[in-house]
Amino acid sequence: MMPLNLGCSMRMLWTTAVMAALLAGCASEPSPEKTATEDHTVAATTPGTGAATAGTTGSGVSGTAAGAQGNPLRDPHSVLSKRSVYFDFDSYVVKDEYKPLIEAHAKYLQATRTAHLTIQGNCDERGSREYNIALGQRRADTVKRMMQLYGATDAQIETVSFGKEKPKNQGHDEAAWAENRRDDLVYAGE
Amino acid sequence: MNRRLRHLLLLLALTLGLATSARAQLTIEIIGGGATTVPIAIVPFAGEANYPYPLTEIVGADLTRSGLFRLIDPAGVNPRPARTEDVRFGDWTARGADAVAVGSVTPQSDGRVEVRFFLLDAVKQAQLAGVSYVVTPSQFRTTAHQIADIIYEKLTGVPGVFSTRIAYITKQGSRFELLVADADGYNPQTIVTSNEPLLSPAWSPDGTRIAYVSLENKKPIIYVQSLATGQRQVLANFRGSNSAPAWAPDGNRLAVTLSRDGGSQLFLINADGSGVQRLLSSGAIDTEANFAPDGKSLLFTSDRGGSPQIYRLTLASGTVERMTIEGSYNASPRHLPDGKGFVFMRRGDGGNFNIAIEDFATRQVQVLTQGTLDESPSVAPNGKLILYASETGGRGILAAVSSDGRVKQRLTAAASDVREPAWGPLHK
Repeated sequence: MMPLNLGCSMRMLWTTAVMAALLAGCASEPSPEKTATEDHTVAATTPGTGAATAGTTGSGVSGTAAGAQGNPLRDPHSVLSKRSVYFDFDSYVVKDEYKPLIEAHAKYLQATRTAHLTIQGNCDERGSREYNIALGQRRADTVKRMMQLYGATDAQIETVSFGKEKPKNQGHDEAAWAENRRDDLVYAGE
Repeated sequence: MNRRLRHLLLLLALTLGLATSARAQLTIEIIGGGATTVPIAIVPFAGEANYPYPLTEIVGADLTRSGLFRLIDPAGVNPRPARTEDVRFGDWTARGADAVAVGSVTPQSDGRVEVRFFLLDAVKQAQLAGVSYVVTPSQFRTTAHQIADIIYEKLTGVPGVFSTRIAYITKQGSRFELLVADADGYNPQTIVTSNEPLLSPAWSPDGTRIAYVSLENKKPIIYVQSLATGQRQVLANFRGSNSAPAWAPDGNRLAVTLSRDGGSQLFLINADGSGVQRLLSSGAIDTEANFAPDGKSLLFTSDRGGSPQIYRLTLASGTVERMTIEGSYNASPRHLPDGKGFVFMRRGDGGNFNIAIEDFATRQVQVLTQGTLDESPSVAPNGKLILYASETGGRGILAAVSSDGRVKQRLTAAASDVREPAWGPLHK
C-alpha cells in the first residue's frame, strides 16, 4: 500500500475543501427544483438519522467500547450500526443530518486504533461511468476527511469508489437514484 | 431491408450452428441510412455454394450495415460472371449498379480454397481491385470482411472496418462478462467473467491486449490482459480507486486515474505497471484521459470549473485548455482518428444524456443521438462510426451512429444488458 504523499498545498486544498463543505453546506447542486425532491426522498427513506438520535447514541459510543458489552458496531441501538451517508445529485457535500453519524464512527476509530474502515462511494446511474467513479471517490474522501478532523487517522481509513456500478436500488426513478447516491462504511473483518 | 437483414442473420446463425449462441451474440439492426448510397451488385462467387459459408452474403451484409451501399440484385444475369473479362458492363449499368463485385471459390489439392475477387467500376468500365486469397473454409468470414473492406475503401476513399473487432461488457443477473467479437457481432469470445462489475475496456494500439477495470476485489483495480494467451496482470492497484485506463499511441504507456495521493488525478504508468508518474495536480476531479492520435496531448474530464467539462492537456507545455463551453455536463471524450475533433457524452437541457461530436477548429458541436441515457462513446478506427451504450426499456444496448449522424444501428444481445463498447484498431 502506498502512503499518502500529499504535498503541503494539496493537503491545504483538501482541508479547505472539507472545511468549506462542513461550513457552507450545498455548493454544487445545479438544479434547485430537483434538489427539493431529492432531499425529500432521502429524508423519507432514512428516518432516524437526525441530530438528536445520533447525538444520544454518539455519546454512548465510548461507554460501550469501555464496557465491552458486545460489538457496538452491531448494536442496532448504536449510531455505529448506521453505515450509510446519502448525497444530492452530482454533489459530495455532507448534509448536516449525517455529521453525528460520521463523528460517532470517527470517535470509534479514535478509541479503537486497531479498527480499519473502508468508505465505499456510490452514485446514481446518470452520467459517465468513469466520472461517477471519481465522484463516488470524492464522496468517500469527503467523509474520510471529516473523520480525520474528528480524530480518526489516515491509515485507518481507505476510500474507494464503485461509481454507478453497484446500485443498491435497481430502479430508474428519483427514489432509486437518491438511495444510490451514497457512502457505505464497512469495517475490516465484516 | 430490415427484414431481409434479420432473415440473413438468422440464416447465418443457423449455418454457423449453436456453438456461439450460448454467449451474448450481438444482433445488428439498421434503423437509418445514409443520404447517398453507392449501388453495387455483388455476384455470388462461382463455386461458393459448395461451402456452408455464404461468402458474398457476408460481404453484402457488411456493406449494407455501413449505410453507404445499396445492393443491386444480380438475378437474371446469365451466365454469372466470375472474372473481369466475363463482365458485360451493360448488364449492370442497366440495373443501376455503379460497381460490380465478382469472384470464384476454387478447391486446392491441400484442402484449402482459393478465393478470387474482382471489383469493377461499371460506369468507367475499369477494374478497381483484384485479389486472391488461399484460405481454409473456416476462414471465410475473415476473407469476406477483407473483401468488404477493399470494396468500402475503393468506393468511399476511407478504410473499411469490417475486419476489426469490438469489445463490450454484458451483465446478466449478477454475472459480468468482457467479450470480444467481430465488428459484425459474430464470433463473440468471453475474455473475463466476474461476479462483480467490469468497466472501461481499452484496446492496446496493436490490438493484442485489453486494459479494463474490475471491482472483483471490492475496489476498482486496473488489469491488462493478453488476448492471445488470456494472461493478465495488474496494471494499477494502489490505495483507493484505480480506473479510466487509456493507451498512449505507442502502446508503451497508459494514462490512468488514481486516487492514491488524494482526489481523482491523472497519472502516466508503463504498460507493465511500473514508472507511475503524475500528469497533473489539481484539487478537482480529473479523469477519463484520452490520447490524441499523435500522442502529444490528452483530452480529459474535469470539474475544475464547477461542473464536469472536457479539457485538453498539451504534454510538452503542461497547458490546460477547456474544450466544451455549452452545457452543465460534458464527459467521456474520445478523439477522432484524424485528430480533428472528438466525440463525448453531454447532458442536454431536458436532462437526457446524448453523444455529440466537436470539431477542434470551429468548436462546433453536433448532437448525434436522441436517447435518454447514451454514454461511453467509442470511435471506429476509420472515424466514420461511433459505437455507444444506450438504453431501451430499462435494458442496456449498444448502438452506433455515423459521425455525420445519418446512419444508425442498434446492437442487442439476448437476455443481457450490453454496455461499455470499445472499438478495436484497424486490422494490420
